[in-house]
Amino acid sequence: MTFVAKPKLSHPELPRNRLGLTRRDYEGAVSTLCAGCGHDSISAAIIRAFFELDLPPHRIAKLSGIGCSSKTPTYFLGRAHGFNSVHGRMPAVATGANLANRDLVYIGVSGDGDSASIGLGQFAHAMRRDVNMVYIVENNGVYGLTKGQFSATADVGARSKRGVTNTESSIDLAALALVLGASFVARSFSGDKAQLVPLIKAAVLHKGAAFIDCISPCVAFNNHAGSTKSYDYVREHNEAVDALDVIVGRDEISADYAPGTIETVVLHDGSILRLNKLAPDYSVHDRVAALAHIQDRERAGEIVTGLLYVGPESKDMHENLNTVATPLASLGDAELCPGSAALEELNATLR
Amino acid sequence: MLPTDIRNPDYFHKVVDCQWACPAHTPVPEYIRLIASRRYGDAYMLNWQSNVFPGILGRTCDRPCEPACRRGRVEKEPVAICRLKRVAADYKGDIRHRLPRAPVRGNGKRVALVGAGPASLTVARDLAPEGYDLVLFDSAPAAGGMIRSQIPKFRLPEEVIDEEVGYILDLGMETRFGTPITSMNALLAENYDAIFVGCGAPRGRDLDLPGRHVAPGQIHLGIDWLASVAFGHVREIGRRVIVLGGGNTAMDCCRSARRLGGQDVTVVVRSGFAEMKASPWEKEEAMEEGIPILNFLVPKEFRHGGGTLQGVLFEKVAAERGADGRRRLVPTGEPDLMMPCDDVLIAVGQENAFPWIERDSGIDFDRWDMPVVNERTMQSTHPKVFFGGDAAFGAKNIIWAVAHGHEAAISIDRLCRGEDVAERPPPLVNLVSQKMGIHEWSYDNEISNDLRYRVPHREHELALADITAEVELGFDEKLGLAEAERCFNCDVQTVFTGRLCIECDACTDICPTDCITFTGNGEETDLRRRLTAPAHDVTQALYVSGNLKTGRVMVKDENLCLHCGLCAERCPTGAWDMQRFLLEMPLASHACCNL
Ligand SMILES: Cc1cc2nc3c(=O)[nH]c(=O)nc-3n(C[C@H](O)[C@H](O)[C@H](O)COP(=O)(O)OP(=O)(O)OC[C@H]3O[C@@H](n4cnc5c(N)ncnc54)[C@H](O)[C@@H]3O)c2cc1C
Ligand SMILES: Cc1ncc(C[n+]2csc(CCOP(=O)(O)OP(=O)(O)O)c2C)c(N)n1
Ligand code: SF4
Ligand code: SF4
Ligand code: SF4
Ligand SMILES: [Mg+2]
Repeated sequence: MTFVAKPKLSHPELPRNRLGLTRRDYEGAVSTLCAGCGHDSISAAIIRAFFELDLPPHRIAKLSGIGCSSKTPTYFLGRAHGFNSVHGRMPAVATGANLANRDLVYIGVSGDGDSASIGLGQFAHAMRRDVNMVYIVENNGVYGLTKGQFSATADVGARSKRGVTNTESSIDLAALALVLGASFVARSFSGDKAQLVPLIKAAVLHKGAAFIDCISPCVAFNNHAGSTKSYDYVREHNEAVDALDVIVGRDEISADYAPGTIETVVLHDGSILRLNKLAPDYSVHDRVAALAHIQDRERAGEIVTGLLYVGPESKDMHENLNTVATPLASLGDAELCPGSAALEELNATLR
Repeated sequence: MLPTDIRNPDYFHKVVDCQWACPAHTPVPEYIRLIASRRYGDAYMLNWQSNVFPGILGRTCDRPCEPACRRGRVEKEPVAICRLKRVAADYKGDIRHRLPRAPVRGNGKRVALVGAGPASLTVARDLAPEGYDLVLFDSAPAAGGMIRSQIPKFRLPEEVIDEEVGYILDLGMETRFGTPITSMNALLAENYDAIFVGCGAPRGRDLDLPGRHVAPGQIHLGIDWLASVAFGHVREIGRRVIVLGGGNTAMDCCRSARRLGGQDVTVVVRSGFAEMKASPWEKEEAMEEGIPILNFLVPKEFRHGGGTLQGVLFEKVAAERGADGRRRLVPTGEPDLMMPCDDVLIAVGQENAFPWIERDSGIDFDRWDMPVVNERTMQSTHPKVFFGGDAAFGAKNIIWAVAHGHEAAISIDRLCRGEDVAERPPPLVNLVSQKMGIHEWSYDNEISNDLRYRVPHREHELALADITAEVELGFDEKLGLAEAERCFNCDVQTVFTGRLCIECDACTDICPTDCITFTGNGEETDLRRRLTAPAHDVTQALYVSGNLKTGRVMVKDENLCLHCGLCAERCPTGAWDMQRFLLEMPLASHACCNL
């Protein structure tokens, strides 16, 4: 860990966003994770994404469970709300917080241990309920915080630093999310910010549960030869299906792509996702085909990344529950407790 | 771009902006660290080795290092490098036992030094410990040159001059003060092995306007008047004084006049305020002493009445850009301005004069009547005669005189040893890792957020009452320490080893000033556009690695690096290391002091 605080001085030409903030205003405390940890790169990508989206930090809530990955919300968005829950319980807390205050932007950060082992049930229900949140699993294939035991996402045949081979079948969280009915599913790599930052932005803008399985090498316990989650291995086997360009409101459309390779997705708030299709026959709207593609490439030893699936018309939990537009937390006594006459009326409809 | 060759001493030297900008290349961050650890004597000796006059320069240097200081690029003001030098001088204690001495047996070579200003004194300092038999001439009664004769005592007390000039004279040399050299040919005939000319630019430029010679007692040439003040021949001036000129001499004239009875002292300058030659801090201090500076007024005539000076007539002008793009001053057509006064001080520049050098002495002069001098070796067209300081290329300042002196001393030493003068010895370079543990560095890498500290001043009234009362009181130890902490340690270099890098981005993510980018290689202009943060300043280098595993390169823009070491702390593989780069300029004598 680093003991010196990050200097306040910054590049004099650091760009400001529409709120007049610089990227530095979206930072948190200096990371105490091992130097070189993929998780820190993801934090940096989150910082950039929120800065570029011009989101006011105090309207953001970051939630996490337990693990090195779950520690990271301390290292970004220092001015946002935060809740560090118990192991594997981030989704429940996020669901509750979201129910109470639908106006905040929720970002849940979890690990492969946190979400694929102890919290697997919680993960499943956040996906199927379509809680409006960004759900990032910082997937290193090990329990980093407890010193490197295989997690449930470790691939069969992967070797631990001590030379033990994993024999148990691995959980592909992206595939699982598709099965569970998630409305936005992506996979990325901590070492590829060009891909990751737009994915996080799109996930924030998406209405409903937006899941990103982000492979994130653990430099201390899972970055050796024989690991399938190391920097080298992921770089060699990364197969992106698309490259994303997120266009919000007044943003100019800048990237130039060859005609015919572009697919445009309009989000509920009018933002546009421009997808440069790298795998020509891949469709981001076809859940079944997405699942097949992931599994097919997995069999060939490749890791499919990019925006894998986005539901045509997602409904989030509030829409499904038909809650009022005002956050429940902002309702006054009068609205919450309309009196005995109203109760009578309600009871009458149930008799 | 090709991978950066960090073995070229110039590469990291340039990153230490202050040291690079200093004509004598003083290792600034090294002495600032010594101050921070309260090793004032060591800090002083390091300075003494490079710039010979730390106490004097710590009060008077033109400080080209400060505009260059990196700190000034990320916040409002640079580190007070110059005034920290004074801290070293003020708190050093007795260092005399650390000074070199001339060897008992000389080397048999005789060198004459003409003029005892900072240039000649530097040559003497560098050559005396090598056993040279030196003869130091000056027409003035004491050594110091313009340091003694021009710079007012309220900026530079006499004791400081005596002390630091004394350190040099005590090395052992023959002094012949009160002895003007009147003929170069005669001097050459004395068969010295080498002659160094450090006679300065001794003549003040005059203003030949109508009425100039009517009342000579009331119109003075600035530098002559300042010398008379310095030597105590002049002790008063009229109540109303006009100072003509906008350079540092004008500032010294007006502030001196203010202390000798001038109550209504005005500086009048032809050009605009921003174009004035005086340093910003000199202008500030003059104005703080209640001296107005009037701009865009061109003197036309000295007005008299009954044989006494009545005032100066000025034409009002404005700056205009001509068709050739050059700025020039054109009359505004408004009525002329008559400013009444009792005395005028003319401070409109200095001229070189070499009436004592016969033009057949073998020393060529150019069409401006300046000696032809090699900028690197300081040698004239006469192989045995060298020039330095203001005498070489016109009026500059003390630190340039010192830098010239060092180079001339090397040349003289090489000449006397029968070596090629054109060949120059390389600097001493040392690059050492500062890593002590996982998060421990042998330098203080925490970045201070403090703004520049002001040097405490003597109260106005007291300062104006006595021309010898020093205005600046200097930093006390506490302020000095706090100011020292503002230095980034730019000499602790970020050294990159590409084969260790796993391209994890940790360094890019942590860098507070967005210096580091991993990207595809390209031409410099193209690369500069593709970096994490804009890198327009092409005078600041890009540090480029060879190809990394992914085929990309690491590019670091040196411009705004805080040398905080966070990249090295966050690097999992030690691909970044913080290494202290110490560069010491070659000197004629390296046995020169006990560091
Ligand atoms: C008013 C004023 C203020 C200044 N303030 C500063 C300042 O704050 N900071 C700064 O860095 N610089 C300052 N300078 C400039 C600085 O003083 C000079 O650049 C510097 O002293 C030049 O050093 P030098 O060794 O070349 O010559 P000088 O210092 O000029 O010394 C030359 C010496 O040679 C002697 N001499 C000349 N001809 C002969 C001869 N024929 N025979 C024998 N002896 C001779 C002279 O008497 C003199 O002592 C100032 C200059 C002036 C005029
Ligand atoms: C209820 C509970 N069970 C077990 C633990 C021990 N524990 C702490 S972190 C962790 C695994 C974390 O793994 P992951 O979520 O992948 O995070 P990483 O450190 O790898 O980022 C475990 C099992 C705990 N803190 N609480
Ligand atoms: S910060 Fe320190 S080392 Fe860097 S340029 Fe300024 S004085 Fe020199
Ligand atoms: S030392 Fe490293 S982290 Fe610090 S400013 Fe320089 S490049 Fe950035
Ligand atoms: S932190 Fe080290 S290993 Fe990681 S990218 Fe930077 S130099 Fe390379
Ligand atoms: Mg993990």
